[in-house]
Amino acid sequence: MDAAKEIENGRAGRKRVAGLLAAALIEELEVAYGQLASPPEVQSVRGPETGLVMVRGRIGGGGAPFNLGEVTVSRATVRLASGVIGHAHALGTDRRKARLAAIFDALWQEDGQKEFVERALLWPIAVRLADEERLKAEETAATRVDFFTMVRGED
Amino acid sequence: MYVAVKGGEAAIANAHRLLADRRRGDRSLPAITIDQIVAQLALAVDRVMAEASLYDRELAALAIAQARGDMIEAIFILRAYRTTLPRLGTSEPLDTAAMQIERRISATYKDLPGGQLLGPTFDYTHRLLDPALLADAPVDEPLRRAADTGPVTRVSEILREEGLIEPDGELPPDHVTADLTREPLDFPMTRDLRLQALARGDEGFLLALGYSTQRGYGRTHPFAGEIRIGEVEVELDVPELGFAVSLGRIQVTECQMVNQFHGSAKAPPQFTRGYGLVFGQSERKAMAVALVDRALRAEELGEDIVAPAQDEEFVISHSDNVQATGFVEHLKLPHYVDFQAELDLVRRMRREFEEARRASINPEAPREAAE
Repeated sequence: MDAAKEIENGRAGRKRVAGLLAAALIEELEVAYGQLASPPEVQSVRGPETGLVMVRGRIGGGGAPFNLGEVTVSRATVRLASGVIGHAHALGTDRRKARLAAIFDALWQEDGQKEFVERALLWPIAVRLADEERLKAEETAATRVDFFTMVRGED
Repeated sequence: MYVAVKGGEAAIANAHRLLADRRRGDRSLPAITIDQIVAQLALAVDRVMAEASLYDRELAALAIAQARGDMIEAIFILRAYRTTLPRLGTSEPLDTAAMQIERRISATYKDLPGGQLLGPTFDYTHRLLDPALLADAPVDEPLRRAADTGPVTRVSEILREEGLIEPDGELPPDHVTADLTREPLDFPMTRDLRLQALARGDEGFLLALGYSTQRGYGRTHPFAGEIRIGEVEVELDVPELGFAVSLGRIQVTECQMVNQFHGSAKAPPQFTRGYGLVFGQSERKAMAVALVDRALRAEELGEDIVAPAQDEEFVISHSDNVQATGFVEHLKLPHYVDFQAELDLVRRMRREFEEARRASINPEAPREAAE
């Protein structure tokens, strides 16, 4: 039971990290990389490479899936000297970004580095995304229609 | 006999050099950057992405610059590029209910959960040219207002509670999602394949077909139940990890048309639906797709097929502008030999025609031509 929960938590953690790394700007990755005490020893396992992912929608929004069209995706897999493997996938053709993101995915799994990756990279990305999302939502909310009723006639 | 003719290499090279010059234009003007196209011609970029069936703003903007703004040429270039890349996988289906809304309107309900959000729309503008743009005048920041966050209910869900609308389109459980980039088109086709073809179809062609249904050619009595534009997460299942991860967000436009339906031998009276989903902010296109999607369901719903927009083979065979431009434009390539053959044929037929006419005027004259 506990073991299953631990695996579930571990998955949720990796999923969160992968999502934030995919949303990272190359500048954010470069800055955090520059702040590492020493550049890690990294071996490429796969890529970095760019390919396509077919994006699916659902008929009517929630029905059977259909193929909408493709997106460019860059991905990389790296291995640290400790043997830890890091993966990264992100929209776009920036292979350097994919490689850096894979390095940070691996570093996040190392006990000694996790705290640094959270503080120097993931936290600032999460804050930026939340700010961007709020700004967009508030700008959209200002275009919300407030209906009012015109009362005409005597009664 | 077929005689290959070579030549024109120098002319072609010089023409391409001239094209590059004309594309760049007046050198005293700064060259337009790809970032500027992405930021300031965003809807042109969106159209190229949608019809090229490849979502990548930078590459689409590059294609527009390279094509001198010729949209179909840009779509062609981006389509060609996509064939050079391997397919890494297939995403989880997008969840448009979880969209971060940038615009959301309904023409069927005034007051609905989430409200009518106009977003950055051309609607209600007066379509007057704005001379302020000539001078690069400063532009005000948008206003802001406290926002409800969280998912916004789809209008189709509201109607479904009353049981008066058909559900989201389902296909048999054993159906394998069709992909026109992998299999040649075959008719009749399933709705998933039609929606893929329509998503990449030419906006002008689909707009005209949608319009034709409104004018009575395959009438479907549509209401714009909901149009929503915004960003959705794309997730890919990664076998190495054993679960799906986010690749980032893409912007899409979704249109749910609600169509009056009197019922038929196959279905009870209820509202039926047409669905459109398109890359980017492409409201006109999403609406046209939804109209045509509904029209193409004529057979499924037991309606008579009487109009072009209901004819699946006609619509889907002609909706792709890269295919269409390829076949139309091939006519300008040398057809010298074909034409010589046609010319000989017409000369012979004309000779026979003249001789036959002479013979009918003067039956005594000798006849040479074979009949």
